[in-house]
Amino acid sequence: MRTYLLGASLLILWLTLVSWKTTAVPEKLSDYGFFAGNLANQQPAADVVPYTLNTPLFSDYAEKLRFVKLPPGQSVTYTDTAVLNFPVGTTLIKTFYYPHDFRDPTKGRQLLETRLLVHQPGGWKALTYVWNSDQTDALLEVAGETKTVQYVDGQGSTRQHAYMIPNLNQCKGCHNRQEVMTPIGPSVRQLNGNLVYAGAASEENQLLHWQRTGMLTGMPALADCPRTPVWSKPETGSLNDRARAWLDINCAHCHNPQGPAMTSGLNLSYRETNPTALGILKTPVAAGRGSGGHAFDIVPGNPDESILIYRLHSTDPGDMMPELGRKTVHTESLELLRNWIKAMK
Amino acid sequence: MKRALLLLLTGFSTYTLYAQSAVQKRYQTELIMAEDGSTIQLDAGTFTFTGSLSLQDKKRIVIRGKGIDKTVLSFKGQTDGAEGLRISNGEDIVIENLTVQDTKGDGIKTMNVKGITFRNVKVEWTGPPKAENGGYGLYPVQCDNVVIDGCTAIGASDAGIYVGQSRGIVVKNSKAHHNVAGIEIENSRNADVFDNEAYENTGGILVFDLPDLVQKQGGNVRVFNNYVHDNNLPNFAPEGNIVASVADGTGLLILAANGVDVFNNRFINNQSMSTGIISYLFTQRPITDKTYYPFATAISIHDNVYERKAGPPTSYGHYGELFKTILKTGQQIPHIFHDGIFDPATLDQNGMPLAGRRICIRNNKNQSLINLDAGRDFKNISRNATPYDCQLQPLKAAIVNTR
Repeated sequence: MRTYLLGASLLILWLTLVSWKTTAVPEKLSDYGFFAGNLANQQPAADVVPYTLNTPLFSDYAEKLRFVKLPPGQSVTYTDTAVLNFPVGTTLIKTFYYPHDFRDPTKGRQLLETRLLVHQPGGWKALTYVWNSDQTDALLEVAGETKTVQYVDGQGSTRQHAYMIPNLNQCKGCHNRQEVMTPIGPSVRQLNGNLVYAGAASEENQLLHWQRTGMLTGMPALADCPRTPVWSKPETGSLNDRARAWLDINCAHCHNPQGPAMTSGLNLSYRETNPTALGILKTPVAAGRGSGGHAFDIVPGNPDESILIYRLHSTDPGDMMPELGRKTVHTESLELLRNWIKAMK
Repeated sequence: MKRALLLLLTGFSTYTLYAQSAVQKRYQTELIMAEDGSTIQLDAGTFTFTGSLSLQDKKRIVIRGKGIDKTVLSFKGQTDGAEGLRISNGEDIVIENLTVQDTKGDGIKTMNVKGITFRNVKVEWTGPPKAENGGYGLYPVQCDNVVIDGCTAIGASDAGIYVGQSRGIVVKNSKAHHNVAGIEIENSRNADVFDNEAYENTGGILVFDLPDLVQKQGGNVRVFNNYVHDNNLPNFAPEGNIVASVADGTGLLILAANGVDVFNNRFINNQSMSTGIISYLFTQRPITDKTYYPFATAISIHDNVYERKAGPPTSYGHYGELFKTILKTGQQIPHIFHDGIFDPATLDQNGMPLAGRRICIRNNKNQSLINLDAGRDFKNISRNATPYDCQLQPLKAAIVNTR
């Protein structure tokens, strides 16, 4: 009897392992071969291309390294109305890290996680790899994790706070258009900026680079490509344009008519033209205590009475926006948005 | 030694503040890995979570505890996520036999689920009702085929049981108390709310239609066989939310909804407004949504029982002046309020709403009503019941298909 039981449990164990293996995704980031040499140096392999966005999502001051790997011989077709339509086989790679000292990059950094968006035949799939404390590799994490980070910020103050690594469901909390997993960042307007590529002496426009290397086809003249301003650089756009760019990348992945926050009726994408949908004198719907006691999302001229400012200023999970991925207050963008609302008539 | 122990304890508490508990990781992993058609069994006991649990893109899943107050998911001290349990983009999901406690935001939110059943589920905020409690207890939004059966909601700073922008709804055998709103049906179609007890809330049951939302024009809502009593709790909703304008002492409030049939309910000891019927204009909030219909039409209130203790109504906030005006007449506060604001487009030559759009109030025990004539600055406040003495076609029962 006992041997029978042992045999049965071994069989079950074996079956479990086999079924795991057939559906398994690589357990280590190093298994993919995205990087050459020491993994922690994040030097992309030959077929992996770094990119940056003009105005990125705020993630608790974490710095990000972004890379794209297209399937061999394939390219992306130009479109400037949405995120680029990357072919099946594409992987988008994003590594989150904190410099030990924001004033001095030579003091090193702590890599926290590398997130992948993999375009499979059935759609995009999100995976998160968490870096080990030795910074030698990152391991697949399904259920998320909370870590404590410590660093010296740009003003020289030592800061410590929790840092949340999302679980797989939470990835789709943001990467979601009509319940379909979707990338958020790499659109033409966001990529329309400069980057210094490895081995190059000077910076090059990313769209031109992608066009030159055959990654992007059907591109019009660069002057005809739309461009998201850099939210923190007044020379790149008006106050309104920079505020709208910030809201677009930080809020509109949920707050759009096809996103998870469609139930609120608040649409913060840069295309929205209806003042009420944008929050101007719009009453909240299901904000609960997130209203902060205020009557409207945006009160022109009065940031202190605007729910939008209240929720971006809060770090209480019952009040704050975005709902996830923020433990700190982004003082600098709040300043921008406050000025934007102040200037409204 | 003592000091070492103390250090160890403080170290441990710092650790637990930031790290996920093993049970959180275990249940969250199960929810992510669940195959369609499977049941996730939750053990008996109280489990503390620092972040939301979530299930998405799944079909035919049962999340089953060992019973209300036996399996308790506590989110006291939650640091991540705007709700306790979140379910999105699913089909045929059942949540049963468990309690969710003290979430920072909403209790259980389900969005874009076709077929969602809450059975024997309690959502509560412990301690006295307060504005810091989360907004909604049970919160299905943009769902089809919603069943809420045998559930309890306590302490929500907005609505205990809230069904929003959904279609095909049954809320039955449930209790809601010490919330701002007990049960709320908002911008939803085809709902039956029956055999529930809503008590000691600010307002017992609300049927609302609001502007600027994806799904507008709720309606075909039947409210029957409910026991709605003692809803006199001072309003503790944060300002800005529509429920913050609900007067304490409200039994049932119908706001801008179309097609509501209210019958066989007992409205007992709701001290200011046993039943109210108002248009969105009455709230004096701005309307910029051109496709929004702000009037309440085709409302039928019949065969209900009204009782209350003698005494003054609430003098709370938005309605204080109103009640003072009524009291000046030296008469008692009536049970049923109508703001008297009709859609001009639905009026016939005599100024009466067209037959199918009327507000009909008859055959209620202890019925007393008032037309506030709010559209003309309360000029002709009237207690004449004759214009309301009519009958509408009964609404069809809500058809709900769930497992």
